[in-house]
Amino acid sequence: MAEQLLTDITALRRSPLSHLHEQMSAAGVTGDRGVALREIPFLTMVGIRVEPGTPAAEAVTAVAGMPLPTGHGQVTGTAGATAILWIGPDEFLLVGPEGVGPAEIGPAGSDLREAGTDDAGTAAGLARALGTEPGQAVDLSANRTTLELSGPCARAVLEKACHLDLHPRAFAVGTAVATTLGPVQVLLWRTAELTWRIMPRASFAEYTARWLLDAMTEFASPEVP
Amino acid sequence: MLLIECPNCGPRDETEYQYGGEAHVPYPEDPSQLSDKEWAEYLFYRNNPKGLLAERWAHTAGCRRWFNVVRDTVTYEIKAVYRIGEPQPTLGGAQ
Repeated sequence: MAEQLLTDITALRRSPLSHLHEQMSAAGVTGDRGVALREIPFLTMVGIRVEPGTPAAEAVTAVAGMPLPTGHGQVTGTAGATAILWIGPDEFLLVGPEGVGPAEIGPAGSDLREAGTDDAGTAAGLARALGTEPGQAVDLSANRTTLELSGPCARAVLEKACHLDLHPRAFAVGTAVATTLGPVQVLLWRTAELTWRIMPRASFAEYTARWLLDAMTEFASPEVP
Repeated sequence: MLLIECPNCGPRDETEYQYGGEAHVPYPEDPSQLSDKEWAEYLFYRNNPKGLLAERWAHTAGCRRWFNVVRDTVTYEIKAVYRIGEPQPTLGGAQ
C-alpha cells in the first residue's frame, strides 16, 4: 500500500481572496479619513447547535471554556483568541485562530486540548464533549472567510450598504450580527472601536472584497463639502 | 421597504426575510383519505382577505428562524409578530 507522502495540506490550500491581497493593501487610506482592508484567512470556525440550558450546552461550555452567548448580537470570548458568536436561539459559531486546538482553547486536560492541532480537531473535540446529548459541532472553517475593515472611516464605508444602526450606542464593540452587506449575507462583527470583521461565505468573498475596495476609493480624496 | 421585527433579532429590512404564505393552515389528519379536490385545496387554496392576514416569514439572512406575522394587506402595517407555536393574537377587525 502506498504511503501518504503529503500529510500537511496547509501548503496547498488557497484562501478565497489570496489573489486580491496586493490590491487590498494598495487600496488602504491613511490619515483622518483612513480605512484599510485585509483578509484574515483560515480562521477556525465551528458551527455549534445546542439548546441553551440543556446538558449538551453545559458540555460545550465546559470544553470551550466560555459561556454561550444568550441573545442577539452577543459574543463571548475575545476576537484575538477564541470567541463564540450568537447566530440563532440554538445556533452558535465558534471562531478561533488558525489551527486552534491544544494550546489555545479549552481548560488544561480537556478533550479539546488533546483533539489535535487542526481545525477539524477543534470540532471533533467539541463533538466528543457532546457525547450522546442532542446537538452538533461541525467544522465550518472553509465556509466563510474573514475580511477586516479598519480605520476612522470604516463605519462610513459599511454604512453605504448595511442598513443596521452601526453607531456605537447601538452597535458596541463586541457585537456580532448576521445581516446583509449590499446583497451579500455576512456576519458583521465589531472587534474594536474602529475595526470590523466581515465574514461572507467563500463564494461571495470576491464580490464583497471588490465592493468594499470600490466603496473605500472616495476616502483617498479630500472630503467634498 | 417593510421593516419587520424578528422575534429574535429585532427590526430588519424586508429583504432579509423570505415569505412563507398564510400561517395556521393545518396539515390534514389523514391525507390518504382526501379526494384530489380536497388535497388540492389544502395545497393551493389560501385566504386572500382584504385586511388582516396571519402569515409566515423566515429571517433567512439573520437567525434563520420562522415566525408568524399579522399584516394588514391593505396598508401593509405589521400588526403583530409572534413565534411559531404561539396562538394568533386576537386583533380588532379580524378576517
